[in-house]
Amino acid sequence: MHDLSTMPLTGRLLDADAAGKGVVDLEAYEASGGYQAARQAVTGMTPAEIRELVKDANLRGRGGAGFPTGVKWGFVPMDGAAAEGHKYLVCNADEMEPGTFKDRYLMEKDPHMLIEGMIIGAWAIEADKAYVFLRGEYHEPYRQLQDAIAQARSRGYLGEGIFGTGFNLELAVHRSGGRYICGEETALLNALEGKRAQPRTKPPFPPASGAWGRPTIVNNVETLCNVPAIVTNGADWFLELGRGEDAGTKVFGVSGRVNNPGLWELPMGTPIREIIDDHAGGMQKGYRLRGILPGGASTEFLVEEHFDLPMEYATIQAAGSRMGTGTMILMDDSICPVDMSRNLQHFFAQESCGFCTPCREGLPWVEQLLLDIEEGRGQPGDLEVLDRNADFIGAPGNTFCLHATGAIEPLMSALKYFRDDFEAHISTGRCPYREA
Amino acid sequence: MSEAQLISPLSAEEVEAIEAEIAHLPDRASAAIDALLIVQEKRGWISDESLAAIAGLLGMSTADLDSIATFYNLIYRRPVGRHVVMVCDSVSCYVMGCDRLRGAVEEKLGVKPGGTTEDGRFTLLPIVCLGACDRAPAMQVGKELFGPVAADDLDGIFGGFD
Repeated sequence: MHDLSTMPLTGRLLDADAAGKGVVDLEAYEASGGYQAARQAVTGMTPAEIRELVKDANLRGRGGAGFPTGVKWGFVPMDGAAAEGHKYLVCNADEMEPGTFKDRYLMEKDPHMLIEGMIIGAWAIEADKAYVFLRGEYHEPYRQLQDAIAQARSRGYLGEGIFGTGFNLELAVHRSGGRYICGEETALLNALEGKRAQPRTKPPFPPASGAWGRPTIVNNVETLCNVPAIVTNGADWFLELGRGEDAGTKVFGVSGRVNNPGLWELPMGTPIREIIDDHAGGMQKGYRLRGILPGGASTEFLVEEHFDLPMEYATIQAAGSRMGTGTMILMDDSICPVDMSRNLQHFFAQESCGFCTPCREGLPWVEQLLLDIEEGRGQPGDLEVLDRNADFIGAPGNTFCLHATGAIEPLMSALKYFRDDFEAHISTGRCPYREA
Repeated sequence: MSEAQLISPLSAEEVEAIEAEIAHLPDRASAAIDALLIVQEKRGWISDESLAAIAGLLGMSTADLDSIATFYNLIYRRPVGRHVVMVCDSVSCYVMGCDRLRGAVEEKLGVKPGGTTEDGRFTLLPIVCLGACDRAPAMQVGKELFGPVAADDLDGIFGGFD
């Protein structure tokens, strides 16, 4: 049995795996204390107490931005005219950041943990409606969530008069039609409303005016999954789980040419090299690690000099990147940094919602220039053109949302750390990684 | 019942499923994406007739609904094969050789991305990250996820689909 006090997110699902079961079912979830935190929160704590608890625990959003969850919840109007009527809690399960696969894992393996976190989160802001905004491609998580929601409803954990109180909560799954921009929270709200997923202007921010113009909180899957154990064990316990200054555990992931790609729940602040060597089994024979995208496709490259850094928000930011989703993508020495950059820009160009000109027009143009360099048609001065255009396209404020910024940042870091590779393509007129 | 519903080519089952989505939303038009996915699930794609019928059911214009339908990657406004083959082309799968995999799939099916096999079984489409990066290179056929996929696995995988 895994210790839930050190592995609150994955202890149960690893036990289920060990027992040869694919998923933590309702029986197993309840037998290990499941839904007790929701009962305790709804019957024994006020919404304000829960918001304070989560603030004290320093739980930060696990979807990429790292905003303090309790602070976000604190922006929701709780009294007066603004608080009357529906309020919404939306779980952002639109996991579409390339290289990220942690939310799928949590939803497929332990759907009740997310539901319990959503019950507590909804109570904290007195929301009466909750939605899971789920990727359209995620068929297995959809099946698991639908089953788990029906079970939770049959037990009286959802619906009217939860735990014998006056608290009502309906929970439904919205399947996305599929666009990366849906992960941006205001675009997500437009998609939830059945519209094109174009980001909204801010302010107003969703806690004041979100879904259908009502106060709305959008939280990532992993963020909400952290909530039940915080209620059970308290803020101090959560603060002490981290190895450095960040609180809690994190589901870290590694993909690329390692011996054992996968996901592991580890303390916040676990060093990059430890995750890669001890958990992902190190690089495959014959491959050398050159760089990583620490938390998805929109995070800047880190290189050798950074690999001993702990994975925590401030440290990774100080190193010039972002922790993002905490699922790192490894670039080995067989991969051409120019072509990998082209692959990244292809994704962002394709997934631009098309509303803002710099993003819609600029990203395909950058992709094309990278393709030209990769295929030997690069010209002297192209790199300076890329440098300059990065500002036009990627500087925050030039576009409505941060899609273009997220696209340009990894490119700028590639130009910084792998500039020799870019220059060699242009000076020799060919990609040195391709066989002659 | 509105006139649009009376002349709707939607089945009673489809209308019922769409109404069930509308029931937990504040207005009918908010079910646009759910409705498109429900009808597509039954018919494979969204024809002009389906689009008009859904728009009528939701009380919105066909043009509005089409602007939504064409925005999303997973809503098809052209016919597709019985099974859509999605080969991930995002960065983790790129590092693990998705270009080779896509080439092998193209060769096996005899179609390029966007194409449908002559027998109408498969349509090949590129897809962004499937969230299976520890199983790269990954692909999805219909609702089934596969990974890591080698060229040698393709006969076995495609053989499982009629």
